[in-house]
Amino acid sequence: MVRGLRTGSPAGIQWCTVVELAIAVRDVVRDYRRPRTSLTRPGPVVHALRGVSLDVARGQRFGIVGESGCGKSTLLRIIAGLDQPTSGSVQVGGVEISRLPERRLGFLRAQLQLVFQDPMGSLDPRMRVRDIIAEPLVAQGHRNNLARVHELLEAVGLQPESADRFPHQFSGGQRQRISIARALAPDPRILVADEPVSALDVSVRAQVLNLLDELVHRLSLTLVFVSHDLSVVRHVCDTVAVMNRGEIVEMGPTDQVYDRPVHPYARQLVAAAPRLQAALAGRTAAVLAAETLAARTVSSDSVGSPNPLARPEAPGLATTTAPRDSSTPTPDPTPDPTPTPDPTPASGPAPKDAP
Amino acid sequence: MTTAPERTAYPPPGMPPADVVRVRDLAVVVGDKPLLVDVDLTVRRGERVGLIGESGSGKSLTALAIMGLLPEELHPSGSVVVTGQGPAGGERVTSVLEAGEPGLAAMRGRDVAMVFQEPMTALNPTMRVGAQVAEIMTIHGTVADRGAAAARAVDLLDKVGLPDPADAARAYPHQLSGGQRQRVVVAMALANDPALLICDEPTTALDVTVQALVLDLIVRGVQARDAGLLFITHDLAVVASVCERVLVMYGGRVVEAGPVLDVFTRPRHRYTRGLIGASDLDLTRPDGGLYTIQGSVPAAGRFPAGCVFRNRCTHATTTCETVPEWDGPGPEDGFACWHPVVHRG
Amino acid sequence: MSRLSRGAEALLPPRGRRSRLGVGATLIVGGGIVAVIAILAVISLVWTPFDVGEINAAERLATPSTRHWLGTDKFGRDVVSLLMVGSRTTLLVGLVSVGVAAVVGVPLGILSAMVPKWWGEVVMRANDLLLAFPALLLAIMLTAVHGQGVVTAMIAIGISTIPSFARVVRSGAIGVMKTEYVLAARAAGRRPVAIAARHVLPNVGSLVIVQASVSFAIAVLAEAALSYLGLGAPPGTPSWGRMLQEGQELLFVAPRLELYPGVAIALAVLGFNLLGDGLRDRFDPRLEDRR
Repeated sequence: MVRGLRTGSPAGIQWCTVVELAIAVRDVVRDYRRPRTSLTRPGPVVHALRGVSLDVARGQRFGIVGESGCGKSTLLRIIAGLDQPTSGSVQVGGVEISRLPERRLGFLRAQLQLVFQDPMGSLDPRMRVRDIIAEPLVAQGHRNNLARVHELLEAVGLQPESADRFPHQFSGGQRQRISIARALAPDPRILVADEPVSALDVSVRAQVLNLLDELVHRLSLTLVFVSHDLSVVRHVCDTVAVMNRGEIVEMGPTDQVYDRPVHPYARQLVAAAPRLQAALAGRTAAVLAAETLAARTVSSDSVGSPNPLARPEAPGLATTTAPRDSSTPTPDPTPDPTPTPDPTPASGPAPKDAP
Repeated sequence: MTTAPERTAYPPPGMPPADVVRVRDLAVVVGDKPLLVDVDLTVRRGERVGLIGESGSGKSLTALAIMGLLPEELHPSGSVVVTGQGPAGGERVTSVLEAGEPGLAAMRGRDVAMVFQEPMTALNPTMRVGAQVAEIMTIHGTVADRGAAAARAVDLLDKVGLPDPADAARAYPHQLSGGQRQRVVVAMALANDPALLICDEPTTALDVTVQALVLDLIVRGVQARDAGLLFITHDLAVVASVCERVLVMYGGRVVEAGPVLDVFTRPRHRYTRGLIGASDLDLTRPDGGLYTIQGSVPAAGRFPAGCVFRNRCTHATTTCETVPEWDGPGPEDGFACWHPVVHRG
Repeated sequence: MSRLSRGAEALLPPRGRRSRLGVGATLIVGGGIVAVIAILAVISLVWTPFDVGEINAAERLATPSTRHWLGTDKFGRDVVSLLMVGSRTTLLVGLVSVGVAAVVGVPLGILSAMVPKWWGEVVMRANDLLLAFPALLLAIMLTAVHGQGVVTAMIAIGISTIPSFARVVRSGAIGVMKTEYVLAARAAGRRPVAIAARHVLPNVGSLVIVQASVSFAIAVLAEAALSYLGLGAPPGTPSWGRMLQEGQELLFVAPRLELYPGVAIALAVLGFNLLGDGLRDRFDPRLEDRR
C-alpha cells in the first residue's frame, strides 16, 4: 500500500502554494428546483451543495465520504463537467470549467475520466466491449483503436478476446474492470471514481480496489474517490472530506479523520460503521447503536480525543476492547455473552497453516 | 452454545429451546440447474443465526423456501418445518414444502415474518402505514377488533422508535425517510410476535448511521419476544454485530457453519477464510494490497461439480472433484472442505 | 419478484420473454406469414388466376369450386385473384404509412427527450394536438385537396401514426438518457448527435419494432376503414379493405366474402406482430446465449 508515502498536501491549502493543484473547487453552490406539485406555486428548491470548497493536489488520493443525498455525487458531476454549479468556481488543471458548455469541455475529457458505481448500468448493453472502451477515443477523433483497446484490457486484467463480447457476458467485477479500462483510454491525469466497488461482491471488491490502487500508482494518477463507506476510503485515500447536507463538515488526512473525528457527524459516521474485528470483540448492534446516538450529542471537551474504535495496528490487537474516553457519553455496555476470543491473529488470511 | 432463556411456557426448564425452523436436505432446481443443494439449517427460539454469502450463493432462496415464497418455476425438495404458536397456546407445525396456500398464508406473518431489503417496495404506497401495521394483525386475528389493532399499531410504531407515532401512523410510506420506512416494516414483521423473524439484507439500502439503529431495533425486537432470527447479509461485520451462530453459503451449499466467533476467527473452509480476508480492509498483504479471492462468482447453476469453490481455490486438487464430506459434530457446526485451514493450538 | 434481492433475481429465467416458444420460432412463423403475403403480392404483378378488372355477370357470387377456389364476388370476380392483388395495396399502405410515421416520429421522440425539458414539453404538446386530430378528418381533408387514392390514404394514416411513435420513443429515450452509460458517454466527450445515434436509438430500437408491428396492424385496418368510406383505394383498385366494404351488403347472403379478407387481414397483422417480436429478441444481445 503506497498510502503514507504519498502524503500530498494537507487539505485546505491556499491558492498560491507551490503544490500544483489538479482540482480547485471554490464556494460551489448547486440548487435544484423540484418539479412543481401545484399549479400556483413553484416547486421547492433543494440545496444540493451549500458552498463547497476543496483542493486536490496532483498525485493526491482524495476521498469524499457521505451518505445518500449528502451532495457527493452532485459535487462529483460538477467536477467532471457534467453539471453546472449555481454559483462558485471549479478549476481543473488551472482552467475554469464551471461556465463552459459541454461541447467546449474536450480538454477536460482528455484529462479527467470517470468510473461509475453500477457496473451494469454504466455500460451500454448493446455495444461490444471494444466500442465501449474506445468511446472516449472516438469522441476525441481517434480511429483504429483496437491495439489500444487490447492494451487497456490487459492493463485491467482481462483477456483480449473480451473485446468482441457484450457487457452482459461478464460478471460484476469484470464489468467494473471494463469501466476502468474505458476511463483510462484517453490516458487521463485525473481519475474520478463514484462508488466504484459498492455494487460488487465482497470477494471481488478487494480485487478491484487492488487494481485501482495499482493503476493509480503506476500511471501517477490523481484520484478522487467517492464512497459512502469510510473504511474503503481509508484504505484507498490519503485525504478525506466528509460531506453532510451539501457541506463539507470535516476534511483532513484520512487517518486523522478516522481516528480522531471532530465534527459530530463525522464521529457518528465512524461510530456507526460495523467492523468485523470490533464486532467479534463484543461491539454488538446495541453498542453500535448507542455509540452512534452518543456521537450525535458529543460534548465539546471530548473533541480531539483518540477514537477508541481506531484501527488496531495488528489484527490480533483488535480483540482487546479499547478503553473508552470517559468524557464521551458511554452507552450502556450490554452484557456480552461472547467470550473473549483467542488473541492469536488466526482470523486473517495470513498464512497460518500448520504443517 | 446458548442456554435456554428463562421462559415459563414452552419448553419446560432444562430442555433445549424448541426449533422454530428446521431445514433438512433442502434442494432447489430450475430446469436442470441446481440452485440449492443439501441445505441444512436450524433456528431455535431466542437464537440469532446469520446466513452469509455473495450473490448467487442461494441465501435469499433459502429464506424464500422457508417462507414458501419460491417462484413457481423453481422446484424445491427436502423438508422445511416451521413451528409456531397455534391458537390456544398450542403449537402449529407447518411442513412448508407440502403445505397448501391456506396453510402457508396462516403461517406467514404469524409464525414467520420477513423483512426485505427495500422498504419502499415492501410497503403499499397507497395505504397509511398505521393501517398496514394494523392489517397484519387483523388478518391473523391476533387482536380483538379493528380499534384494538389500530391502537396496537401506534404502540408498535412507538416501540420501533418512530417519533410521534400517532402522526406517523397516519403518514403514507413516501412521507417517511428510508430508515423510518424500514422501522415500519420491522414493526409489521414483529406485530404478531412471530416465532421466527427472517431479515434479508434489511439494512443494505440504508445509510450506515441508520443501519446501526435498525440493527439494534431488530435484535431488541427478537430478544423481547424470544423469537428466532435468521439474518441474511453479505456483510460479515454486520453478522458479527448481530448473530451468535453463522452459516456460510457459496454456490447454493452451506460450506461452513458454527458460532460466529469460531467461524470468523478460526475459519476452516478455504472460501470462508478468503471471504474474511477480502472483506477486512484493515488487513493488508505485505505489499500493501488487499487479500483477494481469485476469479469471480460464477453465474447461478454454473458452479463446478464437486467442491463448488474449487475453480477459485488455490488449494484445490483432483480430490476436490468429489463433493467434500461435512466435517463436524452436526449441521450447525462444521465445514465441507478437503483441504481445510489448520489452526495451531 | 421485487422481494428477491438483486442476487436472487439473477437466478430466475428472464421474464416477459417468450420462454416456451423459442426466440427463433417466433421469428420463423412471423417471417413465414409475411413472406407468403409478400410473395403472393409479387406474383400478382405478373399472374393471377383471373383478371380482376373483368366483370363476369354469369359467375356472380359463385361458391368455391375447382375453377374459383374461393368463389367469386358480386361482380363475378375471382376472390383468389382479388386477394392477391389486394395484398399489394394492403402491404404498400401498411409499410409506407408506418415508414412515414417512424421516420418522423422516432427522431422527434428522441429529440424531445434530449433537448432541455421545456422544449421537450412544447414538442410533446404539439404531438398531442396531432394525436387529438382525427385521422379520418385528415383523410377527408387530404382527399379534398389531392383526390381519392392510395397515396392519400397512406399519407393520412402515416401522419396520424406519428404521435404514437413519438410518444413511445420519447418515454424510452428519457429512460435511456438517465442511464449511467449515457452519462459515461458524455464524460467520454461524446456529442449529443453521437449519443442519440450510438446509445439512444439502439436502446429504444426494440420499442420502435414493437410499435411498428402494432401500428402496421392499425394501418391495415385504417386502410380498410378509409376504403370502406370511399376515401381509400378507389373503386377498381382491389384492396382487402375494399373487399370488406363491398362484401358487407351481402353479409347474410355470402358471409364468406367478409370472411376471406377478414382472415387475410388478421393473418397479416399476426405475421407482422410475430415478426416484430422475433426481430426485437433477435437483436437483443442479452438474449444471445439463448439462441
